[in-house]
Amino acid sequence: MKKGKTIKRLLSYVTKKYKCQLAIVLISIIISALVSVVGVQFIKYLIDNIITPMLDSPTKDFTPLVHLLVIMAIIYLIGVICTYLYNRLMINISQGVLNEIRQEMFVHMQKLSISYFDAKGHGTIMSTYTNDVDTLRQMLSQSIPQVFSATVSMTAVFIAMLYTNVYLTFVVLAMVILMLFVSKYLGGNSSKYFVKQQEDIGKLNGYIEEMMEGQKVVKVFNYEEENKIAFDRLNNTLCESMTKANMFANILMPCIMNIGNIGYVLVAVIGGILSVNHILTIGAIAAFLQYVKSFTNPLGQVSQQMNSMVMALAGAERIFELIDEPEEKDEGYVTLVNVKEENGKLIETEKRTGLWAWRHEHKDGTLTYKKLCGEVEFVHVEFGYVPNKIILHDISLEAKEGEKVSFVGATGAGKTTITNLINRFYDINKGKIRYDGINIEKIKKADLRRSLGMVLQDTSLFTGTIKENIRYGKLDATDEEIVAAAKLANAHDFIESLPKGYDTIVSGNGAGLSQGQRQLLSIARAALNNPPVLILDEATSSIDTRTEKIVQEGMDKLMHGRTVFVIAHRLSTIKNSDLIMVLDHGRIIERGNHEELMKLKQTYYGLYTGAIEID
Amino acid sequence: MIKKLATFIKEYKKDAILTPFFVVLEVIMEVLIPFLMAKIIDVGIYGSDVSYIIKIGTFLILAAIMSLLFGMLSGRYAAKASAGFAKNLRQAMFYKVQDYSFENINKFSTSSLVTRMTTDVTNVQMAFQMVIRTLVRGPLMMVFALLMVLTISPKLALIFLIAIPFLGAILIYIALKAHPNFERVFKKYDALNRVVQENVQAIRVVKAYVREDYEEEKFKKANDDVYKNFKAAEKIIAFNSPAMQLTIYTCILCISWIGSNLIVGNSMQTGELSTMISYAWQILASLMMLSMVFVMIIMATSSAERILEVIEETPSIKNKKNALKEVKNGSIEFKHVDFVYNDEQEKNKYALKDINLKIKSGETIGIIGGTGSSKSSLVQLIPRLYEATHGEVLVGGKNVKDYDLHALRDAVSMVLQKNVLFSGTIAENLRWGKKDATDEELEEACKLAQADAFIKEFPSKYETVLDQGGTNVSGGQKQRICIARALLKKPKILILDDSTSAVDTKTDALIRDAFRQKIPHTTKLIIAQRITSVMDADRIIVLQNGQINGVGTHEELLKKNQIYREVYESQMKGVEESEKR
Repeated sequence: MKKGKTIKRLLSYVTKKYKCQLAIVLISIIISALVSVVGVQFIKYLIDNIITPMLDSPTKDFTPLVHLLVIMAIIYLIGVICTYLYNRLMINISQGVLNEIRQEMFVHMQKLSISYFDAKGHGTIMSTYTNDVDTLRQMLSQSIPQVFSATVSMTAVFIAMLYTNVYLTFVVLAMVILMLFVSKYLGGNSSKYFVKQQEDIGKLNGYIEEMMEGQKVVKVFNYEEENKIAFDRLNNTLCESMTKANMFANILMPCIMNIGNIGYVLVAVIGGILSVNHILTIGAIAAFLQYVKSFTNPLGQVSQQMNSMVMALAGAERIFELIDEPEEKDEGYVTLVNVKEENGKLIETEKRTGLWAWRHEHKDGTLTYKKLCGEVEFVHVEFGYVPNKIILHDISLEAKEGEKVSFVGATGAGKTTITNLINRFYDINKGKIRYDGINIEKIKKADLRRSLGMVLQDTSLFTGTIKENIRYGKLDATDEEIVAAAKLANAHDFIESLPKGYDTIVSGNGAGLSQGQRQLLSIARAALNNPPVLILDEATSSIDTRTEKIVQEGMDKLMHGRTVFVIAHRLSTIKNSDLIMVLDHGRIIERGNHEELMKLKQTYYGLYTGAIEID
Repeated sequence: MIKKLATFIKEYKKDAILTPFFVVLEVIMEVLIPFLMAKIIDVGIYGSDVSYIIKIGTFLILAAIMSLLFGMLSGRYAAKASAGFAKNLRQAMFYKVQDYSFENINKFSTSSLVTRMTTDVTNVQMAFQMVIRTLVRGPLMMVFALLMVLTISPKLALIFLIAIPFLGAILIYIALKAHPNFERVFKKYDALNRVVQENVQAIRVVKAYVREDYEEEKFKKANDDVYKNFKAAEKIIAFNSPAMQLTIYTCILCISWIGSNLIVGNSMQTGELSTMISYAWQILASLMMLSMVFVMIIMATSSAERILEVIEETPSIKNKKNALKEVKNGSIEFKHVDFVYNDEQEKNKYALKDINLKIKSGETIGIIGGTGSSKSSLVQLIPRLYEATHGEVLVGGKNVKDYDLHALRDAVSMVLQKNVLFSGTIAENLRWGKKDATDEELEEACKLAQADAFIKEFPSKYETVLDQGGTNVSGGQKQRICIARALLKKPKILILDDSTSAVDTKTDALIRDAFRQKIPHTTKLIIAQRITSVMDADRIIVLQNGQINGVGTHEELLKKNQIYREVYESQMKGVEESEKR
């Protein structure tokens, strides 16, 4: 059963780290439940064994009473301490487990491939971290202790019942079976709707996230009213499933309790008949009736907790689904290391030498080092995001060490896709990509990406200071290095003009900065990263051309002797490239440097002079 | 706060009132039932009177059925009322955000708005359901129990009268102490959400820089913050049940002591003592319930505050009364306009300073200027996305503040620089411009924006489904879809804020060509980095540090404006050279 597996897996988080604490919790719950059971017996004992004898004896000796009360006080105190203990320890356990699960989810999410993020709505992912984890908290901190405690007292009472009278116990048992049927029906319905409710929340969450993110577009298009209608639809669906789920849940408790009441009457009637026939003593029946009450009460409590358990399990399933999502495959074993050159030989070193090499461990156990040059070679590469739809056809190209290679072409020709293949955001269908002669599938993904700097068209910043955002490129960078990178990206001046300079807080959605300024920051980030190979994907599209020119010169200087891939619409940006590829519908239709392509007088020439269109 | 929240019960008022009504009936039955039960034992069993047992038993079963009925009804109404209340709260927030201005939007992060509309509302909803059910049931049970205790022995009742306020004080103290802690928890939750959201959005950057470990560290910090604060808050709450148990156990011991003395002194019966104790348990049970409600309310208070924060935020841009519903023409005028972004960091920094500008209806205006020269700020004042700090912005001869916002924004169509496409088909995205647009109209707009051809190349054409944010089309395609969307509005003024940056030069030229021929009477404002995008405009505005540096035609500026000349030369040199060859 899927549910059983989920529960087991969930409990494994608890037992893994908190065995000791859990044991104490369970013992404390047992003690605390037993103390309240003892409490019921205490009064009977008080009346029968202390007060009644006292009434009969002339001395009125209060010492036994004092003794009993002192003993009870101690027992009660133990109960209170145990209650506190399990409440307190349960916090450690539940919060600790939640903390661990969240961390595991996030760590795992970092290992997923880009296509996962393409396919999943952002809001849905976020909902897993909040709503679903939250239901787990309810279950761990409340439902489980309560259910356990109820089970303990029910067992104790059940034993007492059996001890008192077997036949009457069967009557009670019959009632319990009826209760189980009812709760199965109602609980089944309610859990169905609770699961639906969580799904609906996820959907609504996704919608809200998307619309809040695009709220400015909503304003510009006067789309508020339509938005409200779409929102209302989702909101009403949620309200419906919520009402139904809660309704069944709310009805459950009165049902259980009143079946219990009816059972009470049955026991009383049958017991009465038995006692008239002298099969049972009156006191035994009275006690038994008391037991019936203490048996159904915890049962009601358990039924209350069923829903939050069901909800939590549905949430847990989604959480485990994320955790079980297959990781981005990485069979690479070639790693990137710093080396120093001695007598023409490469020697691995810990220091940052500015010289990198591929550490290649061969199957026969030999170890070779190959200097990182930044040569990239595509051999008949074919690729499509979905299996049947090929986007890139038979791409072959060669970028030599230190070359500046540019891609030109209409929007949608596949330029960005090519760069996404170099760093293995996506894996190719056919052909081969070699990096310094090594098949990139053999290179460890992290090392491959570390060797490739990337500035993307969509500038993603993180909430934090400007300094922190630039430092993203090199985590141990000094302030001086950051300023130098900002200067190179020509971002220094505008940063300085902000009231708080480099310590200005920017938000992830970029309020406060212009698009061009955000691009300058991401260029500074890449400059600080100082990678052996750089990919610029429309990195300067929102920057004015004067600034761009300065940035360009700076980058050219920085990347001198290293390989650079450039995608740009402004042909002035790429004119000085060593190799220009013109792409059309996923094929390379022209290649060469500026002069060669101009002489060819075909597509590139047309684009450059504005005479032809390839779209 | 409660009053304000209560206004959102609205159409569920009936359910919200019926719930406690049926709860009261249910409680009456529940009090009656133990009474009947006691009768069965005391009279029926001890008197061995089977017919009496059956008689009272029938009553009892009737009472149980009634109780079941009332319980079901109260449960049903409670579910309806609370789910409805939550629905209304979410709706109120979402609707309110729709009224926000850009300034308001900048104040809340996306992730925080999402948590407020989901997690926080759920917290308030649960508390609300507790309030209308348990908060009625608990005290009522307690009052009944106390009344019974009073009839048995006023002296013993005194114990409860001391204990209950004492416990109440403790519970309130715990609640007050926990509240600020819970507030912190929710702030940390926001931060955690933000890390996840930004990570998901920037996943390409994360992967490209191989910063997974760094992100994990960042998340760990946020995660541990939640953990620490939540633990601190719950630690305080953990005193709830033990405090309650302690009180009730003390009461029981006191009752036993005093009761025993009373019995020995012949002023009480033994049976009464055990009844007293069972009422003590009933009081305990109702107190337990109350304390649970208490915890819920504490948590919900922080949530409720956050919800009200969204609802009570005053939109900084509002419609005037008797606002103008029609924009006469596409003329624009800026009169001594200053603009300062109203946020903490940017205060006292003029984004725009003393802008004076007159644009005739139907003119094409190019705007060019360095990064951060406030080009976007300038055009955002026209559809009143932000409000000018000083001076006046006029559209169609009237101050933009005099227009109905809808009418103004219908007339002024803007393609934002950071534009967003939504998950759904291309056609659905386009219809944002005009809801009831026919397929022909969509096609026409897309032809104008040079998007028709590539859309038709997709297998599902206009029905192609876009991912959230339009990640499955290229940057240039996205921009052209956005332009087509804006064109569908048939605006009087069209503003393109650097909206063709990812479109190639040729296509860009075709778009402008189409504009000239097909929508000549629309005023067009084009912000661009590429000089070719603005060169053929009627007039070009050169912005520099929030001020107008020069206005004129291409030729005029080339002659007299140094910035313009430099930009021109840096971009056009290559082309001219090649033409010479």
